[in-house]
Amino acid sequence: MTEQSVVEETHVQDPHDAGEERSLASDAWRAMRKNPLFWISAVMITVFVLMAAFPSLFTSTSPNQPVLAEARSLPGDGTWFGRDFQGYDIYARCIYGARASILVGLFTTIGTVLVGGVIGVMSGYLGGWVDSLLSRIGDVFFAIPLLLGAIIFLVSLPGFFDSNYLLIVLKVVLALVVLGWPSLARLMRSSVIQVKPNDYVQAARALGASPARVIGSHILPNALAPMIVVATINLGAYIAAEATLSFLGIGLQYPAISWGIDISSAIIGLRTTPHMLFFPGLFLSLAVLAFIMLGDAVRDALDPKSR
Amino acid sequence: MPEVVLSAQDLVKHYPIKKGVLRRTVGHVKAVDGVSFDLHKGETLGIVGESGCGKSTLGRLLMRLEEPTAGSVSFEGQDFSGASARDTRRLRRNIQIVFQDPYTSLNPRMTVGDIVGEPFEIHTDVVPKGGRRKRVQELLDLVGLNPEHINRYPHQFSGGQRQRIGIARGIALNPRVLICDEPVSALDVSVQAQVVNLMEKLQDELGLAYVFIAHDLSVVRHISDRVGVMYLGRMAELGEEDEIYARPTHPYTQALLSAVPVPDPTLRGKREQIVLEGDVPSPANPPSGCRFHTRCWKVQDRCREVEPELELREDGAGRHMSACHFAEPRVIVETTDVSDQKHDDRFASSDVEDLSDAGAGMGSEGGGETTDSPDASVAARAEAMDGDRHVGEDPVRISEDPSEGERPR
Amino acid sequence: MTDTTTRPSASGETEYVPQDGKLLEVEDLHVEFHTADGVAKAINGVSFDLHQGESLAILGESGSGKSVTAQAIMGILDMPPAVIPGGHIRYCGQDLLTMPEEQRRKTRGPEVSMIFQDALSALNPVFPVGWQIAEMFRIHRDMNKSDALEQAVRLMERVQIPGAKDRVKAYPHQFSGGMRQRIMIAVAIALDPAVLIADEPTTALDVTVQAQIMSLLEELQEERQMGLILITHDLGVVADVADRIAVMYAGRLVEKADVHDLYASPAHPYTRGLLESIPRLDQKGQTLAAIGGLPPNLMRIPDGCAFNPRCRMAQDRCRTEVPELREVAPGRLSACHFAEEVIDA
Repeated sequence: MTEQSVVEETHVQDPHDAGEERSLASDAWRAMRKNPLFWISAVMITVFVLMAAFPSLFTSTSPNQPVLAEARSLPGDGTWFGRDFQGYDIYARCIYGARASILVGLFTTIGTVLVGGVIGVMSGYLGGWVDSLLSRIGDVFFAIPLLLGAIIFLVSLPGFFDSNYLLIVLKVVLALVVLGWPSLARLMRSSVIQVKPNDYVQAARALGASPARVIGSHILPNALAPMIVVATINLGAYIAAEATLSFLGIGLQYPAISWGIDISSAIIGLRTTPHMLFFPGLFLSLAVLAFIMLGDAVRDALDPKSR
Repeated sequence: MPEVVLSAQDLVKHYPIKKGVLRRTVGHVKAVDGVSFDLHKGETLGIVGESGCGKSTLGRLLMRLEEPTAGSVSFEGQDFSGASARDTRRLRRNIQIVFQDPYTSLNPRMTVGDIVGEPFEIHTDVVPKGGRRKRVQELLDLVGLNPEHINRYPHQFSGGQRQRIGIARGIALNPRVLICDEPVSALDVSVQAQVVNLMEKLQDELGLAYVFIAHDLSVVRHISDRVGVMYLGRMAELGEEDEIYARPTHPYTQALLSAVPVPDPTLRGKREQIVLEGDVPSPANPPSGCRFHTRCWKVQDRCREVEPELELREDGAGRHMSACHFAEPRVIVETTDVSDQKHDDRFASSDVEDLSDAGAGMGSEGGGETTDSPDASVAARAEAMDGDRHVGEDPVRISEDPSEGERPR
Repeated sequence: MTDTTTRPSASGETEYVPQDGKLLEVEDLHVEFHTADGVAKAINGVSFDLHQGESLAILGESGSGKSVTAQAIMGILDMPPAVIPGGHIRYCGQDLLTMPEEQRRKTRGPEVSMIFQDALSALNPVFPVGWQIAEMFRIHRDMNKSDALEQAVRLMERVQIPGAKDRVKAYPHQFSGGMRQRIMIAVAIALDPAVLIADEPTTALDVTVQAQIMSLLEELQEERQMGLILITHDLGVVADVADRIAVMYAGRLVEKADVHDLYASPAHPYTRGLLESIPRLDQKGQTLAAIGGLPPNLMRIPDGCAFNPRCRMAQDRCRTEVPELREVAPGRLSACHFAEEVIDA
């Protein structure tokens, strides 16, 4: 009834052809498609994922085959990126290092989204003492500094976890999930609380819909957007966190290959052989950047107000 | 008198006010504080009052979206509060709700088909799976929307059309009672009448009973058979439409009626204006005795001490329910009966169809059709006007359904 | 500043003197909004004038351009996205649109002033209300703090805020909706403006409070001989307050008339339809007649008369030829090709 500004009204009115069906998700995709940021990050991520899945596509050299005689050779001397102290091919190690980063990033994100999402939805939807309890537990974990917490966690895990590659990765993932879920839970809780009082949620309740249905078809689809954005950006941050832990020697360890490990072992040659540090560092930065850029593109697409 | 479908007995809803770190309860907001009424089959009970009087909370209590602090709601004699899960589902089916804000009452991520069809997903026994889409289209047609728009999303519709979608969802399960919480107050004036007419049509066709909650006294008078006036969580006066509007006995009703502007400049200065002093007191701390006594011009000591009962009191021509110790009728609004007056069909009609798709360049949503519709309606008009030409007919309606145009309204 | 209507006053400020009692003249005003989706034509050639002590109501639904008109007069449109491609807004003969911004800014408050619909968001939540009223005097009149506050209390008393002296330090959220609206009125009339624009001043209020606010506005207008522009969608409020009414539809004026004429015999099918579609408190057994359809999308206003797709009288001519706003009876303007027929109906 009240007259808003015309600009707002024109948003309500649909200037597009009628009959064309568009959900908000496809709307978001439409916006994303036009965003160069999205395409750049998508290409970068695709390359990194391919590296992680099929490293042999990029190099035929084994990362674990030292040529001691050529140790510390510079880029161009028979190899693209040169060789490190042990005589390993740095290029091959950078390629093979993507796997650990992508796996940790992906699994940690899935883990935090599941744990944080479920806990966030529960405290937001149920409220009351459940909310108080879950929020306080979240606060406790939130208060632990990531590195300190991860060090204690990783050191205290039984040796069983060091038995094979996947378990080592899993160990790091576990540490990051345990310390990382509260931020997503908080985010989810607040967006559920925002969506819950909407009349369409009330209407579904009035129809006698079960809580599962109310959450599944009404609350979640409308509350997911912020979490998707933050989870995408976090993926990059977890890759960085993995590198940090590996750098400190408590994440992945030899013989596993990780950018963090390579950076760590290259640090002694910072002045004399900077290329050993530069290339894994570059790969790490690009991977983190790609996911943060993707997160930004997703945010632009999901939040129409910023458009 | 027809049978009672919905009955509220001494409904009370208090919301605790919590303060401090320990969330101690320091008081209660008495949103609804002892309200009773009966709703009969096929009738419209209007509930009016100003903001904060508890009318919306009352709607939510009737709908069982909130648990009452005390009191009960019963449907066809069956009490809600003791009902088993199965009975609750059945009761839900019989009482539905239409919300005020057409922009928040529809899930933006669902198509119209999913929204209107959701009742059938929840109550799977009503319509077999294969017939649901067809039933949804019938419902859209019933509320005057184009059934072909079943796959569109809410943001592709205007406010009035969205409200029709909300109504379609509300009537999907064939309820006996529809609770309408300010269903037209968010709509433009010219669209309001379309929705009000639609609701009246649906009532006639489906035998629905409405609880029509609104702050607009003119709309409530138009649509209601009986009216209840609420003030600070209590019913101040309850009676037939005529009793409330032509012979109000409660001072609050009288003040409320005198404040409503009437679209007639010749009445300027001639109407009696009762200007109330002060603001509505806080429902957390309502006045003792009669809740209206702080603003009433007739206040006596008794009003401050004894709470008046809502009971039958003389209104000059008969008796109706009023909660004032000193109830006496006072004519605030000179009523004219216009039921035999006909509209000039050249300017507006009591149609309930939504014509937006048919209009040329119309609104927002007609979207694609708009480009070709001028030609279409011209053609339809030419066809219809062939032979007997008179201005009153609406070309659009004729083009849609020839038989409909002839039906007397 | 060579214009005969203005002369520098003692203080060096421009003084505005109405010509023949004419305060404000809006002539062929156009406003467009340039958005990502296209150009929305919010106002398409609106002309009217306002005299001293007159109340003019601008009536319309959402999207009719009534609020945009008010914002254009006040000069508070966000540009961009808004663009004013044509037209004049003259205040006492001076075109506000071509005036230097600094000079125009000085007209806001002492000359033209505005009341908004939502008092809660129009008042600054972090300052006491008295301070906000006093600010007007401090900025425009160079008053010192205590004098300005004293004036603020006096104004709060004038707009009938009980216990004004004690509440001058209270914050907006500590007042009820009606009281907040009174405070906004106090801010608006603080500098004795010649023109007061009230944009849906009572839409957010309860009906009993609405009655209080409207009678306060009427009183103040009478007392200070202000020109009042009342922007509203409410046909009831208009009937009680306005002298003249301008009805807007899709950014155009479709009818302009004296309040009594307009209600007795509207000269445009849209006005007529609106009157038939509102339920009246004083009638029973009324059948409501709705205007079908919706107001047009401002990005694609129909050719010819903008109302033609909803009009039951529309002829071929209405679909091609934009009807001029013309005098159809003494003192009455209508933009309908068949206005005479409509009046007689």
